[in-house]
Amino acid sequence: MADTLHFEDWSCPLPLRNYPRIVLGHGGGGKLSEELIENLFLPAFRNPALESLGDASVVGLPPGRVALTTDSFVVRPLIFPGGSIGELAVNGTVNDLAMCGARPLYLTAGFILEEGLELSLLARLVGRMAAAAQTAGVQIVAGDTKVVEKGHGDGVFINTAGVGLVPPGLVLGPACARPGDRVMVSGTLGDHGVAVMSVRAGLEFETTIQSDCAALHGLVAEILQVEGAVHVMRDPTRGGLAATLNEIARASRVGVMLDESAIPVDRQVQAASELLGLDPLQVANEGKLVAIVEGERAPEVLARLRAHPLGRQAAIVGEVTSARPGLVAARTTMGAIRAIPLPLGEQLPRIC
Amino acid sequence: MKYLNEFRNGEAARRIAGEIRRRATRRWAIMEVCGGQTHSIIRNGIDQMLPAEVELIHGPGCPVCVTPLEIIDKALAIAARPEVIFCSFGDMLRVPGSARDLFQVKSEGGDVRVVYSPLDAVALARQNPGREVVFFAIGFETTAPANAMAVHQAKRLGLENFSLLVSHVLVPPAIEAILSAPACRVQAFLAAGHVCSVMGLWQYPPLAERYRVPIVATGFEPLDILEGIRRAVVQLEAGEARAENAYERAVTQEGNAAARRMLDEVFEVTDRTWRGIGLIPRSGWRLSPAYRAFDAEQRFSVSGIQASESPLCHAGEVLQGAIRPHQCPAFGRECTPRTPLGATMVSTEGACAAYYHYGRFLDDEALASH
Repeated sequence: MADTLHFEDWSCPLPLRNYPRIVLGHGGGGKLSEELIENLFLPAFRNPALESLGDASVVGLPPGRVALTTDSFVVRPLIFPGGSIGELAVNGTVNDLAMCGARPLYLTAGFILEEGLELSLLARLVGRMAAAAQTAGVQIVAGDTKVVEKGHGDGVFINTAGVGLVPPGLVLGPACARPGDRVMVSGTLGDHGVAVMSVRAGLEFETTIQSDCAALHGLVAEILQVEGAVHVMRDPTRGGLAATLNEIARASRVGVMLDESAIPVDRQVQAASELLGLDPLQVANEGKLVAIVEGERAPEVLARLRAHPLGRQAAIVGEVTSARPGLVAARTTMGAIRAIPLPLGEQLPRIC
Repeated sequence: MKYLNEFRNGEAARRIAGEIRRRATRRWAIMEVCGGQTHSIIRNGIDQMLPAEVELIHGPGCPVCVTPLEIIDKALAIAARPEVIFCSFGDMLRVPGSARDLFQVKSEGGDVRVVYSPLDAVALARQNPGREVVFFAIGFETTAPANAMAVHQAKRLGLENFSLLVSHVLVPPAIEAILSAPACRVQAFLAAGHVCSVMGLWQYPPLAERYRVPIVATGFEPLDILEGIRRAVVQLEAGEARAENAYERAVTQEGNAAARRMLDEVFEVTDRTWRGIGLIPRSGWRLSPAYRAFDAEQRFSVSGIQASESPLCHAGEVLQGAIRPHQCPAFGRECTPRTPLGATMVSTEGACAAYYHYGRFLDDEALASH
C-alpha cells in the first residue's frame, strides 16, 4: 500500500532499468507502456478499481447528487518549496470538489510525458501524488499516459478529474452572496505563487516561503457544520483573491468592500511582492479558501476555521454590499478606497 | 516590515495631511516625477487625503512609458531573430510597438525571456555561446548601474555574444524640459528618491535656483510622499525655491560613488526621444566608445526602423501633466490594460494603468459611498 512506499529513494526494477528516461515507446500502448503501468503507476496508486485495468473503471456511488470537475496542471519547476506538480494535481481537483461542498471520492489521472523525462523523477512525482491522494482519502481509479517528443512538453503535464458526493440540501455557488455577508479567508494569501516564483529560473531569490498546497475538504466539512451559514466557497488559485472576489461580485450582482489591513499576508510574501512589484491579492494560493458567510454567523464559522490546522490564520477581511454591484474595492490603511480589479492574466515583475 | 510599515501608518499620514491642509493657503500644482510615486499615490489614495488647494500632476517618470516606439520596434525585430535570446524586464513584454508586442513575438517562436537582473542575461550568454543574448536596457538612472555592471562584466569576460539595446533616460533634463515648456503649470517637484540615491542631490540646486521651483527628493511610501508634499508646500508658501532632501534614509548629497563611477565608464550622455514627449537634448545615455561593440542596434543593424503612434492615444499629454488619464477620450474604451494603445496603460507605473487599476475611472463619490 501507498504508506509503505518510499519513492524518494525509488530505483527502477528490471526491465525499466534499460530506459532511465521516458522514450516515445512508453506511450505506444505496447510492452513499454505496460511496464510503466505495472512497475510505476500501479504500485503507487494501487486499488481494486484501478487494478482491473479495463478501458474504464467501474465504481459504486451512494445515492445523491454528484459533483464532477477536471483540471490540468502545468507548473514549472515540477518540484518547488512545499510541494510538486504531484500534490497540486490531487489537491487542486479535490479542492474544486470541496468548494461545491462535495466529499471527494474518486480521481482520474492523465499524464502527458515529455520524451527524455527521468523515470526516477516521474516516480517521485507519482509517489507524492499517491501520498496526497491517501492524505485526502481519495482513490485514483483510472489513468492514461501519453508521450510527446522532446521539446513538445515541459517534463510532465497532469490532468486530473474528480467525482464527489454533495450532501443533500446543500446549495453553494458564486451567485449566492448576499449584502451583509462577511468575506472570510482561511489563512495567509500568496504563499504558493511566491514560493513557485522564488525557484523559477531567472527569478531565484532566497526565502523560506513554502507553497500552501493542501486538500481543503476537511476544513470545508468543518465549516459546513454551521448549517446554512456559508453561501459561497471558492479556492483562490490563479488570479488570487482579487480574481475570485470579482467573479463572485459579478455572479451575485453585489459589491465587495475589503479592509486591507485585515488581510493576512506572510511577512516574507509581502516583502517578495514589494520587491517584484506584485500584489499578494493577485497571487495564486493552493491551500486556501474564501468563504462568503452570513453576517450574524460569521464569528461561529471563523472560530471553526481557526480551530482547524489549515485555518489557524483565518480572518474576516471584508463585507458584501448592495452598493456598486460587480465591483470589488478595498479601504486602504491610509483610509482611502481603491478598486480591486480582475487581474489581466500574467504577472509581470516590474522594472523598478 | 522594517522601513515599510512605519511609513504606512494611517494615523501619521492623516497628521501630515492635516498639516498640509493648514499650511496651504493658495492653489499649488506639484509634479511627482516618478511613476512609482504615481502608483503609490493612487494605490493608497494620497490624492484623496490632500486639500483642494494642492493638485498633483503626474510626471513622465515611468521608464516603460517613455521608451520610444522606434526602440520597441527595434526590440521586436531583434527578438524575432532565430539566433537571439532576448532578455527583458517583465513589464516591457506587453508594451505595444507599431504592430505587436514582445509576447506576440514570443508566441511566434521568438526566444524572449523575462529576467530580473541584467547579470542573469550575462550568465545566459555564457551558457549559450552559440546564441546572441540581448538585454533590453531601459530605465532611468536607477536601473542603469546594474546594466552598466552587466556590460562591464561581459567585456571583462570577453563575451562576444552579449549586447545591450540601450534606451536610458535621465531625470534632470526632463524636469528642465517640463519647466521650459511655455504652458508649464508645475510650481514644485517631488524628485524621485531612488534616482537621487544613485546620482545624489547635487544635481538639483542649480535647477531649483534657475527656474525658481522647490525640488524635494521624495521616497515612495505614503508617509514619504506626504512629507515630500508637505515640504514642497512649506517652501511654496514661504516663497522659497530650494532643493531639499525628504528621503534622508536613502539619499545623500553625492549619491552612490561606486555606481556613478561605473556609469561614467560605460555610458555617455546623448539626445533621446521620449515617447509621447519628443526629443529632449542630452536626456539619455548610450554606450560609451569603449563599450560601443556591445550595442545591439549596431550589431543587428536595425537603425532604419520608423514608427507611428496610434492617433487615439494621448499619452504624451498625460506624461506632460496636460491632461489626467481619465480625461483621454480613449481611456477605458479603446484603451485598457488588455488592449493598450500607449505604454502608459501597460506598466504598473504608468499613470493610465494606475488610474484604471484603482478604479479612478469610476465616479469618486460613488466609490467612496460604496
